[in-house]
Amino acid sequence: MSAEAMKLLTVALSIAVGAVGPALAIGMIGSKAVEALGRNPEAESAIRTTMILALAFAEAIAIYALVVALILKFA
Amino acid sequence: MPKISIKAEIITHLFGLAITNSMIASAIVFLLTVFVALYFKQQSAQKRKGNFYYLIKFFIKSIYDLFYSVLGAKTDVFFPLLFSFFFYILLENWFGLLPGVGSVLIKVVEGHEEVFVPLLRGNNADLNTTLALAIISVFSIQFFAIKYLGIKKYLHKFFNFSDPISFFVGILDILSEFSKVLSFAFRLFGNIFAGEVLLTIVAFLVPVLASFPFIALEIFVGFVQALVFSMLTAVFLSGAIAEHH
Repeated sequence: MSAEAMKLLTVALSIAVGAVGPALAIGMIGSKAVEALGRNPEAESAIRTTMILALAFAEAIAIYALVVALILKFA
Repeated sequence: MPKISIKAEIITHLFGLAITNSMIASAIVFLLTVFVALYFKQQSAQKRKGNFYYLIKFFIKSIYDLFYSVLGAKTDVFFPLLFSFFFYILLENWFGLLPGVGSVLIKVVEGHEEVFVPLLRGNNADLNTTLALAIISVFSIQFFAIKYLGIKKYLHKFFNFSDPISFFVGILDILSEFSKVLSFAFRLFGNIFAGEVLLTIVAFLVPVLASFPFIALEIFVGFVQALVFSMLTAVFLSGAIAEHH
């Protein structure tokens, strides 16, 4: 396998593997937020704020993988 | 394939200081922010106010209510800092989406050859900008923690020799302050730079119309990231100034 092919493979694998965990996490956060909203519709603003924060933390992990992939690809 | 550069390109040198294209963009956005702020201040003193005044006021009011749910009675103290973060990052993100930013090229001499680089670059697509914002944010958190708790209680949070568990938790707390800088910087940089790459690739694959939904997505992402940055600062602030027992 040539060095170029190996590089492309690492780029693809780093974002593919790195996106699995955050994808699961974001799905769970969304489902739990909707569940909480169904139980207590008055707490909408509090739930939304907490949900966006949790989403940002989960998404940051995917972004780390993305940054690594972009650096491998373009730098 | 369009050329994508992960770092900002140097346009010219001014007294030995390298001026990059993202610095030019940040100067424009900074002037814009100051202009809007001055306009708002001037309008707020007048009897008949313009429509733009009410638009900004509506923005400020919604954001204020959002921060009030996190900080409570202390919102008034921190609101100038938090809203400045929000507004500046929002303008930076949206400025990067304007036509001409990243597509207007300028000829510069690099080494011995002439190359074409973009004259303007989306500001948060440069790691230096987001790192600077992250350092300002984390330092102001430490500053307010010392101001509200006193230096003794502040240090006690990190150096606690009463039992081994508190000692190790203190070490982890020190590490988490440093990782806050990294996570702030990489979250903003990654999101905005990924958006730029996405828009470039889509425009390269399908030149007409296909970019439109992605630009709408990027407008939304720019707003959410500005909100997340200021919101996380607010949450960390409220954690840092709270008394620990």
